[in-house]
Amino acid sequence: MNRISTTFASLKEQNRKALIPFITAGDPSLDATVPMMHALVEAGVDIIELGVPFSDPMADGPTIQLASERALAHNTSLRDVLAMVAEFRQTNNDIPVVLMGYLNPVERMGYETFAEEAKQAGVDGVLLVDLPPEEAVDVKHLFQSRDIDMINLIAPTTTDQRIKLIGEVSTGYVYYVSVKGVTGSKALDLDDVSKNLNRIRQHIELPVGVGFGISNGETAAAVASVSDGVIVGSALVNLIAANSTDREAAQKAVCELVGSMRSALDAL
Amino acid sequence: MSKVDLNIELPDERGHFGIFGGRFVSETLTAALEELTETYERLRKDPEFQAAFDSDLAHYVGRPSPLYLAERLTEHCGGAQIWLKREDLNHTGAHKVNNTIGQALLAKFMGKKKVIAETGAGQHGVATATVAARFGLECKVFMGEVDAERQKLNVYRMELLGAEVETVSSGTKTLKDAMNEAMRHWVTNIDDTYYVIGTAAGPHPYPKLVRDFQSIIGREVKRQSLEQIGRQPDALVACVGGGSNAIGLFYPYLKDTEVAMYGVEAGGRGIDTNDHAAPINCGRPGVLHGNRTYLMEDENGQIQGTHSISAGLDYPGVGPEHSWLHDIGRAKYVVATDDEALAAFHKLTKLEGIMPALESSHAVAYAMKLAATMRPDQHIVVNLSGRGDKDIHTVAALEKDK
Repeated sequence: MNRISTTFASLKEQNRKALIPFITAGDPSLDATVPMMHALVEAGVDIIELGVPFSDPMADGPTIQLASERALAHNTSLRDVLAMVAEFRQTNNDIPVVLMGYLNPVERMGYETFAEEAKQAGVDGVLLVDLPPEEAVDVKHLFQSRDIDMINLIAPTTTDQRIKLIGEVSTGYVYYVSVKGVTGSKALDLDDVSKNLNRIRQHIELPVGVGFGISNGETAAAVASVSDGVIVGSALVNLIAANSTDREAAQKAVCELVGSMRSALDAL
Repeated sequence: MSKVDLNIELPDERGHFGIFGGRFVSETLTAALEELTETYERLRKDPEFQAAFDSDLAHYVGRPSPLYLAERLTEHCGGAQIWLKREDLNHTGAHKVNNTIGQALLAKFMGKKKVIAETGAGQHGVATATVAARFGLECKVFMGEVDAERQKLNVYRMELLGAEVETVSSGTKTLKDAMNEAMRHWVTNIDDTYYVIGTAAGPHPYPKLVRDFQSIIGREVKRQSLEQIGRQPDALVACVGGGSNAIGLFYPYLKDTEVAMYGVEAGGRGIDTNDHAAPINCGRPGVLHGNRTYLMEDENGQIQGTHSISAGLDYPGVGPEHSWLHDIGRAKYVVATDDEALAAFHKLTKLEGIMPALESSHAVAYAMKLAATMRPDQHIVVNLSGRGDKDIHTVAALEKDK
């Protein structure tokens, strides 16, 4: 069992829901990310999704686009992100870290090199937004053989047939995109999410995390009540952006929001 | 090249041309692309659809476009005879409309009421806005801020046609960013919106269907060459940004290996500088905008800014079929610099009374060089993909700087 399956197993035992924050690595600076990761752990998160900045983030709304631009302004590279994970692992060996991003930086590094260096750094899962299962056929063994989970997205538009396919190739957890849209979208329809999660459950046994459009404790709890966990990205990235010149203020603001979500989830 | 069987139809079922192409998109778009693939595969064999397409190409676009022997340009170069495929004479002034007619018909057959498009030079935006008016579709065009500034005339044309032009200020504010924004809008409005991609790139099935719609260019050249030259030409030359005019000319000739093919990339200020848009010549394979293809990127896989005098070639990628044709050696990809394109623009205007788009001027520039190395009994067909009216402000500004 890797850290992700251990985490979900223990959450299930305690009847708790996973709280999964997303932050963009290198935003606002290279040395701000690891302290922020530790602060997130202190605030009670279960898994950390670390965004790998990319010049053309097609699936992201303005908030995460700008975070990528800030990180790329000082050339945060995939290798820098791996170094951050390795540094985080020096003092934390429990909390799973998932790298989330776009394919091209991985193409450039090379799949095998990336998989090996990710393993060495202590990465537990990868979520490559523009690598659907059909295109991953030739490379997934490189990750699976190193016990790195390949986490896939499921969208409201995903057909039952594809949900089945995604279930067969995914490990760790699946990420349900709650709305048709980009990250940071506003309108999450809880009935719709609930209906689609029922559809997913018919084909997939893995834990299902739900992301896009979750920005406060209330929505987090509502979504968690029908899923295994929630992913929160843009709401945190906005707080980091608003406090980009004051690291302590940024950590405080992020941890307050994360803390309120933790309480809301634990009250379920 | 001898090892590649050109009789095998590409792309394969999943949109691959060798290692290139494919469908690298986030999950939300997959269902829409699958639906589009199914619809297109059905309609391309449907006589009613084909008849509607052919009829609009004839009576709305004004096809066939002429194949014109540029006698004075030929004389000036002193070598092979230079023929111009006059796509600049199409309705809206470029080859782009061949594709937008086809895709607007697809949208109509799929029951979509709204279309969106990305545009660089504005030619594809104008061509989309035009057919949207023709078919009664709501139209929104995404255009980078930098491009909207240098192609103001086309912005106004689109607005006159009833389209909404959304300027994009993210990233490098050019074509690639317009495409990112169009994708984001599409993902958010996937139920009622059809995305009209303007070049033979993007996720499967776009490279295939854009190629098929543009192939009318090469099919006409084949017929016209027999009638006017008495045989097929020795070489084909076309500019390559995304590469839709080039693949439209090349595709019907792929198996005719005695016909040489030259795709001309934008050499900008020179390919020994960083200011160009020549991914096949200077880039490497990677994944952007839904397909694997040659890209301009840095050592970390971040997409690089590009430069070309022509907004339509100012793109860091290229259609995946061109990447494949390059790798197997069937087509040769060369460059023309800003200065060479500008000189060709003036030369063609003065010698033939034909003002080419700055994009097409790249093809003319290379054809002039190539002709000089060939014999007078040989023939070159240049795809004159668009007319230059839209560029006169750019040219005037450059002349003033000199």
